[in-house]
Amino acid sequence: MSTTTLAGTPVEVNDEGFFVDPNQWTREMAEEMARADGIDELTPQHWQVIDFMRSEYFAKGTGPTVRILGKSSGVAVKELYQLFPKGPAKMAARIAGIPKPKGCI
Amino acid sequence: MTKRIVILGGGTGGTLTANRLRRELSTHDATITVVDQDDHHIYQPGLLFVPFGLTAPADIVKLRHQQLHHGIDFVEQPIERVDIDAQVVHLGDGRQLPYDLLVIASGAVLAPEETEGLVFGDTVHTFYDLAGSTALAEKLATFSGGRLVVNVVDMPIKCPVAPLEFCFLADWYFTERGIRDRVELIFATPLDAAFTKPVAAERLAHLLAEKGVAMVTEFNTGEVDGAGGKLVAYDGREQPFDLAVVVPMHAGAAYVGRSPGLGDELNFVPTDPHTLQSTVRPNIFVIGDATTVPASKAGSVTHFEGEVLVENILRFLADRPLDASYDGHANCFIETGFGKALLIDFNYDTEPLPGHYPSRIGMPLLKESRMNHLGKLMFQWFYWHTLLPARHVPGIESPMPHGGKELPADEIHQEAHV
Ligand SMILES: Cc1cc2nc3c(=O)[nH]c(=O)nc-3n(C[C@H](O)[C@H](O)[C@H](O)COP(=O)(O)OP(=O)(O)OC[C@H]3O[C@@H](n4cnc5c(N)ncnc54)[C@H](O)[C@@H]3O)c2cc1C
Repeated sequence: MSTTTLAGTPVEVNDEGFFVDPNQWTREMAEEMARADGIDELTPQHWQVIDFMRSEYFAKGTGPTVRILGKSSGVAVKELYQLFPKGPAKMAARIAGIPKPKGCI
Repeated sequence: MTKRIVILGGGTGGTLTANRLRRELSTHDATITVVDQDDHHIYQPGLLFVPFGLTAPADIVKLRHQQLHHGIDFVEQPIERVDIDAQVVHLGDGRQLPYDLLVIASGAVLAPEETEGLVFGDTVHTFYDLAGSTALAEKLATFSGGRLVVNVVDMPIKCPVAPLEFCFLADWYFTERGIRDRVELIFATPLDAAFTKPVAAERLAHLLAEKGVAMVTEFNTGEVDGAGGKLVAYDGREQPFDLAVVVPMHAGAAYVGRSPGLGDELNFVPTDPHTLQSTVRPNIFVIGDATTVPASKAGSVTHFEGEVLVENILRFLADRPLDASYDGHANCFIETGFGKALLIDFNYDTEPLPGHYPSRIGMPLLKESRMNHLGKLMFQWFYWHTLLPARHVPGIESPMPHGGKELPADEIHQEAHV
């Protein structure tokens, strides 16, 4: 675990850069993380995914998998990979300030 | 008043639950009805051995109703849907089954249609159902060399170690046939490692490498191009193949999706991981592959859940608090070829560790041995004669034993001496 500064505020993140406390997250931080990840501008579609991930996390305690994103976020899996090329579930979860999705066992 | 208990699915979980409940409840206490769409109970772990000619398809199938004890009604009908408010199950022939308590034991189904181009045929096969593994046996028998790609499309799948076992057995099989040098084996997984738990993942990755199986991680199959002979991942990477053995996506039974309020996006039924009561209605309990509990979809999990499930159902019927608790205990024999296997044992909190099961004197954990291979073979006998009838076996209990396990600290110590 370590502390990093995003949008001028210190936040706790784990070794892979995922937020420890999703309540520390702000939209400005998301924009900054996205830029660092090579996404110049977050489009309304990006935000649709990010907002969906956060609401799923707060409702269920874990972020959705890509398959569930494809079924429920209103954005198809192919487009998800175009929006978040490094792997939608992980990359979008990090930008959305929620822990790494648990995935399945 | 006599309670009406209806169990949906007569596979591993439905059968062992019905048999255990029948022993605990008199016919005056409750009627027990099991519904399944057919009368063929398949020993699914045997599907792994069929492609290699190690078992015949007919040897892993028995009649379902014969596995159910006296005093249990068996209804052979497809389930249409469940009305969880009216507490009625609607069957394919229009019949309705009202219930006081419902047990969902309808497992998981394969969903190849969710992957573009995934159609089984000459070069694209699976071993995850009986028709598939039977067809693959014919294909392998005439396979003379080339790239064989074993691919898991997405998690969750039943028995997550089975695709690895398939790779190990393929290495053995082609060696036996004297053509191992003409076969390139590739394991393409959506995970970032060979398995979901770190210590076991490392051992398994090591075994793959030892056996000359190349591992490709974070491969998220977007399309299967049978004619072009390649798998295409969403990120654009490709895996060419001469033969693809694909484990398709899984989902819960389709009727769950047709039953308002019962399932999640993938038709699994939301379940409390400890009590095994559904979170959708207090009088609905769930067991086996149909649940959302964070444990492997495996027969051993289903078996260990059974004890807790039945205890909690009895408590529920008696209006007592549900205090029986499942700890996520799972164990699997992992067949590694050449007459050997390794064994892993774990739960929600403890990942698979080296040591022995069930105690310091027992089967070696996370280590290849002949004894574990015999264990894997014996499991088939155990399945029909002990697990399904729900007979008690001393030493094999629902909670995971800690006794024989080496803590990570021991392990580091041991490795230093190797
Ligand atoms: C290739 C393979 C290898 C495996 N190896 C192992 C292993 O080595 N060890 C291990 O522990 N586990 C293994 N498993 C997993 C194990 O077989 C399952 O986890 C276990 O059988 C789950 O039991 P269940 O009762 O939940 O589902 P099932 O036993 O699959 O039963 C579900 C039942 O519901 C019925 N059903 C579904 N929908 C309907 C409907 N609409 N109408 C009527 N009936 C319906 C089905 O016909 C089926 O009989 C393996 C599985 C596979 C596929």
